[in-house]
Amino acid sequence: MDLTALLLQQMVNAIFLGSIYALIALGYTMVYGIIELINFAHGELFTAGAFIGVIVLSALQQAGWVESHFVLTLIIVFGLAMAYVAVLGVAVEHVAYKPLRNSSRLSALLSALGMSIFLSNGMMLSQGVSDRAYPQVFGLQAIEILGARITKGQIFIILLAIALMVALQLFVHRTRLGKAMRATAQNRTMARMLGIDIDQTIRITFMIGPALGAAAGVMVGLFYGAVRFDMGFIFMIKAFAAAILGGIGSIPGAMLGGLIIGVIEVGWAAFLPSAWKDVTTFTVLILVLYLKPSGLLGESVSEVRV
Amino acid sequence: MAELVLQNVSKRFGGLLAVNKLDLEVPAGRILSLIGPNGAGKTTVFNMITGVYPPSSGTIRYKGHQLNHLRSNRIIAQGIARTFQNIRLFKSMTVLENVQVGLHCRTKSGAVRALLKTPFENREETEIIAKSLKLLEFMGLIEHRNDYASNLPYGEQRRLEIARALATQPDILLLDEPAAGMNPRETADLMDLILKLRDTGLTIFLVEHDMKLVMGISEIVTVLDYGQKIAEGTPREIQQNEKVIEAYLGTAAKAPN
Repeated sequence: MDLTALLLQQMVNAIFLGSIYALIALGYTMVYGIIELINFAHGELFTAGAFIGVIVLSALQQAGWVESHFVLTLIIVFGLAMAYVAVLGVAVEHVAYKPLRNSSRLSALLSALGMSIFLSNGMMLSQGVSDRAYPQVFGLQAIEILGARITKGQIFIILLAIALMVALQLFVHRTRLGKAMRATAQNRTMARMLGIDIDQTIRITFMIGPALGAAAGVMVGLFYGAVRFDMGFIFMIKAFAAAILGGIGSIPGAMLGGLIIGVIEVGWAAFLPSAWKDVTTFTVLILVLYLKPSGLLGESVSEVRV
Repeated sequence: MAELVLQNVSKRFGGLLAVNKLDLEVPAGRILSLIGPNGAGKTTVFNMITGVYPPSSGTIRYKGHQLNHLRSNRIIAQGIARTFQNIRLFKSMTVLENVQVGLHCRTKSGAVRALLKTPFENREETEIIAKSLKLLEFMGLIEHRNDYASNLPYGEQRRLEIARALATQPDILLLDEPAAGMNPRETADLMDLILKLRDTGLTIFLVEHDMKLVMGISEIVTVLDYGQKIAEGTPREIQQNEKVIEAYLGTAAKAPN
């Protein structure tokens, strides 16, 4: 494999991993933007999405749908996983965060940690402790471009991730609800003073963020071939780092942060000892925060609230 | 007929009685100013009316409906809008978007329909943009429509705040120190604007420290001191009221006549 091929290969890998981190990071950043809470249960919501994906996909595979209705199967798998986790996200908000909205941030944070443990244990009990295999629907068939091998699955996942992020940007900037969401994030009291239903806006945020995380969960399952109840942890840490790196609360920041972390990780592992890749990732994070504490695209001043 | 009626309204923050048994009527189509020394409880009155927090006791009624314990967004839906002392624009939105957010509370499309982009919602959205532009035109902000709110000069940011409040299509507008930080030229423009708004039938309820503005345009002036109403009347009556002079200047400075 020559250098061009190697670089291209690693670039595809980096974009692939980066877009998955970005999708998860969006959930953190959107929730933080709107209620200033780090939703520690987000990693578990991501895992839940991966599990719904494997359950639905296995069932459809047994029914022979993967062969007969390939595209429809994918739509159903992603659709159900995202819908289920969206409902779960709203439920988590209702049970664990809404009652604490006016108490100290520490209480909400503890509640988030508790929710994370609860969901993680729930999945362990219901799905078992061992790896669960994802049906390999894309096969190993790859396309060769300039000597680099890119699988159909990778292409599909990258395109879907990009499509979801574009859709989110359009939603946030072009729709009424999106504007309400941005207004609420910028100044909650004022948003309410303009007739915006804050509770509804928060609920919608807790639908969209987790749904994107669920999509990432299914993507990880499809690509790595297995899911486990505790797989959310490492992705959560990386995606959280991505959200902080990009500037927590900033949607483009989360996308950029995810991509950067993907590039660093893949780039490092390709040319240097891969055992050090996580160290490198977090070193970069620390450096960026040292130089620009609000993150790459974050706002430096938070507005005072009544 | 009085539109907004406060009856025996009090607000207590721990040991502090910020507003004490206040009775107040804001008649429709008039300009009423609430004045008083710093800490007299003026902003607290606005906060109670707009549901930032509920009154500790007493009732607030608007067009016969009780507002106590309603959430702000429900109060705004009844036709009350306000601005704040400190500028609270959505800084990373454009001028046009800021106004659009205000107009959205008057649209019929619910959450689901807004997402599905039905033809109805699209038509409504077009209407909103047209209305927003008209409002910006009226407020003299039209050339700034695509600028970020944070890039506007101070006086125009204040104007945009009023424009955004007007976008919710209120019958009564609560202005909390709209002239704060303005130069005399901007204040004069603001006076013209407030009169122009009153002439369109809007009721104006003003909290302001700039006495030239208050005395220049108010029809009724109410004076608060330590959370209590100490005087009410026309600007002329208030200027001659001894209690008011005392509250503002202290007893020692009482005029000899």
